[in-house]
This record gives sequence, C-alpha cells and structure tokens, in this order.
Amino acid sequence: MAYFSQQLINAITLGAIYGLIAIGYTMVYGIIGMINFAHGEVFMIGAFISLIGFMICSLLGIGSAPLAILLVLLLAMAFTAVYGWAIERLAYRPLRGSFRLAPLISAIGVSIVLQNYVQLAQGARPKPGGQIVSGGYNLFSADGFDVRVTWLQIIIVAVTLVLMTGFTWVIARTPLGRQQRACEQDMKMAALLGVNVNKTISLTFVMGAALAAVAGMLFLMYYGVIDFFIGFLAGIKAFTAAVLGGIGSLPGAMLGGLLIGLIEVFWAGYFSSEYKDVAVFAILVLVLIFRPTGLLGKPEIEKV
Amino acid sequence: MSAVPPLIDVEHLTMRFGGLLAVDDVSFSARPREITAIIGPNGAGKTTVFNCITGFYKPSSGRLTLRGDREYLLERMLGHEIGQKAKVARTFQNIRLFPGMTVLENLMVAQHNKLMQASGMSIYGLLGLRRYRVAEADAIELARGWLERIGLTVDADRPAGELPYGAQRRLEIARAMCTAPCLLCLDEPAAGLNPRESGALNDLLLSIRDREGIGVLLIEHDMSVVMKISDHVVVLDYGRKIAEGAPEEVKRDPAVIRAYLGTDAGGADA
Amino acid sequence: MGPRLPALLKDAALTAFVAAALGLFIVGFRTVDIGSTKGLSFDYQFVDLAIAVAAIFVGRLGLSMAAEGQRWPALILGGILGVVGVSSVNLPSTFLHWFVGLAGLLVIGRTLWPSADRALSRARQSPGGRTVGRIGARWLGGILLACAFLMPMMPFADQKTMDLGVLILTYVMLGWGLNIVVGLAGLLDLGYVAFYAVGAYSYALLSTQYGLGFWSVLPLAGAFAATFGLVLGFPVLRLRGDYLAIVTLGFGEIIRLVLINWVDLTNGPAGVGDIPGPTLFGAVFAETAPPGHRTFSQMTGIPFDGTQRLIFLYYIILGLALITNLFALRMRRLPVGRAWEALREDEIACRALGLNPTNIKLTAFAIGAMFAGFAGSFFAAKQRFISPESFVFIESAIILAIVVLGGMGSQIGVVLAAVLLIGLPEWFRDLGNYRMLVFGLAMVLIMVFRPRGLIAHREPSVRLHAAPPGGGG
Repeated sequence: MAYFSQQLINAITLGAIYGLIAIGYTMVYGIIGMINFAHGEVFMIGAFISLIGFMICSLLGIGSAPLAILLVLLLAMAFTAVYGWAIERLAYRPLRGSFRLAPLISAIGVSIVLQNYVQLAQGARPKPGGQIVSGGYNLFSADGFDVRVTWLQIIIVAVTLVLMTGFTWVIARTPLGRQQRACEQDMKMAALLGVNVNKTISLTFVMGAALAAVAGMLFLMYYGVIDFFIGFLAGIKAFTAAVLGGIGSLPGAMLGGLLIGLIEVFWAGYFSSEYKDVAVFAILVLVLIFRPTGLLGKPEIEKV
Repeated sequence: MSAVPPLIDVEHLTMRFGGLLAVDDVSFSARPREITAIIGPNGAGKTTVFNCITGFYKPSSGRLTLRGDREYLLERMLGHEIGQKAKVARTFQNIRLFPGMTVLENLMVAQHNKLMQASGMSIYGLLGLRRYRVAEADAIELARGWLERIGLTVDADRPAGELPYGAQRRLEIARAMCTAPCLLCLDEPAAGLNPRESGALNDLLLSIRDREGIGVLLIEHDMSVVMKISDHVVVLDYGRKIAEGAPEEVKRDPAVIRAYLGTDAGGADA
Repeated sequence: MGPRLPALLKDAALTAFVAAALGLFIVGFRTVDIGSTKGLSFDYQFVDLAIAVAAIFVGRLGLSMAAEGQRWPALILGGILGVVGVSSVNLPSTFLHWFVGLAGLLVIGRTLWPSADRALSRARQSPGGRTVGRIGARWLGGILLACAFLMPMMPFADQKTMDLGVLILTYVMLGWGLNIVVGLAGLLDLGYVAFYAVGAYSYALLSTQYGLGFWSVLPLAGAFAATFGLVLGFPVLRLRGDYLAIVTLGFGEIIRLVLINWVDLTNGPAGVGDIPGPTLFGAVFAETAPPGHRTFSQMTGIPFDGTQRLIFLYYIILGLALITNLFALRMRRLPVGRAWEALREDEIACRALGLNPTNIKLTAFAIGAMFAGFAGSFFAAKQRFISPESFVFIESAIILAIVVLGGMGSQIGVVLAAVLLIGLPEWFRDLGNYRMLVFGLAMVLIMVFRPRGLIAHREPSVRLHAAPPGGGG
C-alpha cells in the first residue's frame, strides 16, 4: 500500500509534465491538423534555457528559491516561445497548401536541426542542474516505508494546475480563444470573417512552446539532469498522451499525460523498468488502432 | 416504365450524424438504361445519399439493393468492395483525379483489379509473361477508346492535374467508366462548366446511357441539364424525398416549387 | 532604393532581433563542466552570437533587397559577407567562417537566381536543350552505373575509398527500398531502420548460432523483415498518414529496446560479434580458412590481399542495390506500382475505383521492409559485429532525408542524394559534427523551396504516344 501510494505520487508528478507538453501537440493538431514533430525539441530547449536561467540567478545572488523559480519560469516561457514562433514562421507556414507529407517531413528536419544545434552550442554531455528545491513532507509510514511527497512534487503539480486553469480560461473566454476555435472549425471561413489566421496560428505555436518550456523547467528540477536528447523520448510520450486523451482536446491532453505517467511509473515499479518505454509505445499503437479518437476526442467524419 | 427490375433499390435510407438527420427515410429506385437525377436545394442530403450508396458512409438504417451480376446489399459491404464487386462507380463534387499521374495512367488505375488478376499478383508481370502483356494492351485500348470519346487523346500523356477544369470533369467520368460499372454515380458533373462544355457533357451522358446500357445516378443543380437528359427525377429537401417522377411532372409539382423558391412564390420556372 | 530602404532596414533589424533572442541563452551562455563536484559554469560566447546576428542582419537585408529587384546593393552585401567568410579575419570559430560565408553565398545566389532560372528554362525549352536533357536523363543512369562498376579498378580505389563506396551503396539500396514506401506509395515510414535491424540480426544470429551461410540466410532475412512489415502494417496501415509516421517511429524504437533488453537472444547492448563474412562459392576472404572452408587465394591462386574482401563486398552490395532498383522500376510499371502512386495521390478516389487500400499499402510496406532486410544482413556480414546502437532513429531519418532530398519517387535522385549526404561528410571530416545539422536543414529547405526534390521529373509508367524529344511536357 505504501509502495503503491508513493508510486502514485510519482506518477502524478510525471503525468503533469507530460500533460504540459501534450497540450502543445494537441493545440497545433487541432488548428492545422499537423503533428508538430519538433515539439519535443522545443521542450528540450525550454529545459536548457531554464538551466541557464537558474545558473544566472545564482550568479546574480538571487537566493530565494520561489523568486528564482518565478523568474526562470517567465524567462524560459518567453524565450522558448520565440522558438515556437520562429519554427512555425520558417518551416511550417511556407508549406501550407503543399503536399500532404511536406509539413511532417519539415518538422522532422526541424527536430534534427534543434537537437544538433543544442548539441553543438552546449555540448553532448549531460548537464547537472543542481537541486533548487529540497525537502518534503512525510505523509504516512507503513510497512517500514515512508510515503513522502516532496515540495518539488507539490510545486510541479501546483504550477501545472494553475497553468491549465489559466489556459482553459484563455481558450474558452477570450477573443483569442474564440479565434482559435474558429480556425479549427474552418480556416477559410474564419479568414473571410476577419480572423487573422496567420496570427492565430502563430499564437498557438507560441502558447504551446511556452507550456513546453514550463514542462522543461519542471523536468530539469525533477530529474536534476538534462541533455540535448531528452526531447525525443519525452516528445513521443507526450504525443502518446495527446493521442490517448483524444488529439485536439485540451482536457484530453491532461488526462492522457496523467495516464501515461501512471503507466510508465507503475510498469517500471511492478514489472520491469527496461520495458517501460515499450509499454508506452505499445499503448500508442493500441490506442491508434482501436480508438484513434482517443478517450475524449471527437470522431472525425471523413469529408468526401 | 418497363418490366425490367430496377438496378438499385434504395429503401428507407436514413443517415444520422450525431443529432443531425441528414437523410430521413428516403426510398427510390433507378433503372438500367436510364438517367435518374437527384435534385434538391443545398444541404438536402443528396451527396450523403451518394456516400451511402458508394460505401463512404455506413447508413444508420435502410437497405440498398443493387442488381448487377447478382444481388448485392450495399449497406453491408466495405468501401472498396462496392466498386470492386458490385461495380458501382462514382465521381466527386470536387474532382478527385490523380493529379500527378498522366491522363492515361488515371484510366489504367481504374482497371486495376482486372489487370492485377492478369498480372498474377504481379508475378507474371514481373516476369513479363505474354499473358500480362496482352491484358495490358487491351486495357490501353479500352482507355484509348474512352479518350477518343471525351476528346482527350492528344493529352493522354500529360499529368491530369494540368488539364483545364472541364476536361478534368470529363476525365473523371471516363475513369469511372473504365471500371466497367453497372451503375455510375455522378456528383454534380456540370458544376463549373461553360454552356458549350455542358452541352458536350449531356451528349456524353446520353451516349453512356444508350451505348453502355448502364444506369446513371446524377446529382445536379443545373436544371437545364436535369430537364434535358434525365428520365426520372427524385427531389430531396431537408433529407426527405418530396417528389419523384418524370422531369415534366416534377417541374410542376407545387412541393418542389415551394422548396426551391420559398413558400409563397407561384409558378416560376427554375 | 529610396523610400523602401527604411522598411527593409526595419525588417532586417527585426529578423536580427529574433535571431538574437533565439541565440541569447543557447549560444550566448555555453555551459561547461568544472569538475564533477562543482557542477557547471559559463563560457560566454557573446562575440560569436553578435557576429552571427550581424551576419543575419546583413543577410536578411540582402535577401529582401534581392526580392525587391535591387540587384547591385544585394550583390554588394552578399559579397561583403562572402569576403568576410573566406578571409583570414580572425572570427572566433571556423563555424562562424562557414556561417558568414554561406550567408553571403545565399544572398548572391538568391540575387542571381531569377536570371539564372530564366536562362536555364530558356535553354531547356530550346530544341537543342531538350535533346541534351533527354540524352542526359537517359545516359546519366548508364554513366553512373559504369562508374560504379569500374570504381574498384581505379587507381585511387584504396581501402578508404572502397569503404566509402560500400557505405554509399548501402544507403543507396536503403534509399531505393524506402523510396517504394515513401516515394511511390506515399507512406511516411519513420521506423525503416527496424527492418534493417531485423535483417541484420537474422543473419548475425543464424550464422553464429546455427552456422548458416550468408547466401542461404539472405532470402530468409528478407522474408523475416517482410513478415515483420506485414505484421506491423496490417493493423496500422489503415491509419492516417501522420499517425502512421508516429506508429512506425514507435515500432522502430520498440525493436531497438527489445534488442537491448532481450539479452538471452541478442546479447543485449554488447551486440553480436564474430559474424562470418560472405563467401564466394564457399571460399572465404581471409588469410587462413576456418575448418571445412578454403580461402579465396587457395581457390584461385591469387595471393591474399586485404582489399579483396572489400572489393567482393562492394560488388555484392552493388548487385543487391541494382536488384532493388530494377525491381522497383519494374513494379512501378505494373498495376501494383500504379496503384501505389494512385494511393499517394488520392486514397478516397482509389476506394471509389474499387482498389483495396490496405492490401496495396501492405505490399509496398512489406516489399520495402524486405529490401531493408537484405541490406541489413549485408550490413551484418560486412561489419562482422552488430549492436543495437547501429539501429537508432537517426538512421531512419538519414535514409528518409536521402529519399526526400533526391525527390520522392526518383531513383537517380536517391543516388545523388546518397552521394551528397553520405559521401561529402565522409570526405570533409571537419563537417562531421555539422552533418546532422545540415541534414535537418536540407530537409526543411527542400520542403520549402523544392518539395519535389532535386530530381523532380516523373516519367509516366505507360504512354499512349511515343515519348516526345525532350521528355515529359
């Protein structure tokens, strides 16, 4: 029981991170119907900017952890968002109306470029991030085993919840959200009604990248070490989360993230940690085959 | 009209998308050697009926019986089987050619199942056996015949996507005919054609009806086309059938006039 | 110039600003290890960043001037960048020299492109140009083939060159195999390397465990890989194109993880070693033969030489690649091949014509997998040691890049792209670090500027009229 509870806490933490990345996939898919293959790399960039941000904070002598986290959060969101914007502008926008596979191939190209760019600029070795928040709270003990939730885990879940709430509000209530939903339904019609489609799509990428940056920061804090390759696996897992939840659906992305976190942690905890990634991939394949609309997605009606 | 049994019987066809009732209990039949037109205002459910017949949608309820070389229940068949076995061919409202392939190749793809058999699942073909070469030459001859009928012989080796709009429409019909169908379903074939092209299309459809002797189902907005060439007209409005009969009868039907021109308009011709 | 200049300057400044924002942290602050306990410290690279940003500013200005038709100012700006790039001015790194120089080249190229393009198309339209084009298209393949055949006999064919030749040909074969799947059938397969791995491990395990020879395992390896393709393809080929891409990617990773973790079968990360090389009529290419075999020199009387093995391998892979090519060319002219292309163009229309999309996709997928299987067992026989590390996603991406760059569906394009992407980085070793960067960049640029690839021409699979001189139309 104690072991189970501990695993559950770990799984929720991990799930929150995946969920944040998954939102980026789901939003972009919703609006332009493409898998932004490079999104995992954007997350990786966010993690690197966070790492550098924390180092700058400590150079500047900002000792208070909450202040440092807040500063780095804003910094990483802002500068990673520029990446999201630039990627869309340079590699995807010129391809609207090109043949079917073009955006996906271009996205794979972007993903390779970003990985190698970071590897060249920052080196291939794993980067230790140091411990920014330590300590925790013992919930209960059983079977000689302390069930513990760390402050960091609380921060991760809290940040995720706050962002998710804010974000759902943006989509549901603001003109921007309305324009986004209009573009999802019918891009041409939205354009005719005066929605600036290019701007809306750009903003979608910017928001997705900002959330991925948050996920990157939380990942860095949680695992304490990052390298240029983390985007690949995390990206696929988050994509699986988005598909599992129902691609195009925001709550679905969060739910999918949570489920993937659960599957991964419990598979590693109870079966074998070697095959935990295989389990996630297998889930992806199974969901796509048997329920391609995911748990909360809407069925797609084929237009003939 | 005659004792020949209908080619296709559509009985109580209903198609629901979530809460939307797109086609509501529609029944009609089409006969061989006849052009049956389905008309109705936008959103009346015409294309949905087509999509049910050709297997792109699975009807919510109803029965679609096709009498070809034997009886087929279309609502129970998978999408591609309807073209392959029941021999129903169709065209699309927004033309769907293979734009990067040549005109001739488009017509060859339509003969895929026949050629596939002749190529012995590609093995005879890979070995270059005579049996396959003869079948291929026959297929090219069939294609050549159709290219002559639609006046595209000179363009045979050009990519289909480069053809002018009217020629693409004709090519799509010829491609459907190369599958040797017993029922041809045309979704607004005259849309976007100029009067001259539209006239040529009429001749083509009449010649298909008379020479090939197959049944033609036609969705059309252009009333002049419908009145000139169809033998039988089915009128849909809001997913229901509101009238059926010979073109002249339908034209005078008050329900039809109401559907097209609003409630209080009197006898104006469409 | 005149009134537009401020607008252009503003645009260039904005671009430079974005570039600075992109580079500020990732490039500006290079993190370096300072001993295991102390963690990281910064190595500031602001000068590099500033130079790169300045080059981007000038480059962008030049590009937009070229787009406005202001050729001379654009050429001057491009020239300045080019000169700085190649000069011995002390830029902080060679990379920056490349960066600045290539930016200059880009601006100059962009400026001259319209007139060059016009001249080229005029030359292509002229009767003489048409004939040259036709002959070129017909003979280019033959010339390349002759070069490939004669290569081992050339005086420059030392061990290094031969190794490179074998490497390039392996990628050519993989590219041709993947071209069936991606180029003809339009199925984006991101896990192609998985089938390569299946082929490689088939040979490695069957030869080391059961003593089977290369030539008897080769067809088996192809069959195994094709079976894998069928088993994977059957459930997933119904998916939409982009889902298919991700699922194949996932499948590729699953295979790799299984190879790493199923230690009993595959020996895990340590890999399989001592794989026998291919034999020629039972003769091995080694100084001394294992029991029951004889060496090539014993059989022929030619004294032993280390390069004989390489030459033999070279001709095997050349033969395998040519078989792949002939097969693909032949299939393309058969109903299946046309159905592949039709499916790529419009799946819905295919269904309406009574084609069974799943079956057609399966054949493409399985055939592509089969050739990867052949190539894989060749790879195992050549390397004599394989481990899961050889079958990572990047390999799939490289093969895909070759197909995409060459022009999807073009066989000659694949050869040119393989020489360009595999050959060049091997010759210019300093480029090695930037190789993948260039690959990725090439994929994006090709999609943006030339989505049909380097070789865009498509020859019809069947003609009604005799081909006109100059081809196509």
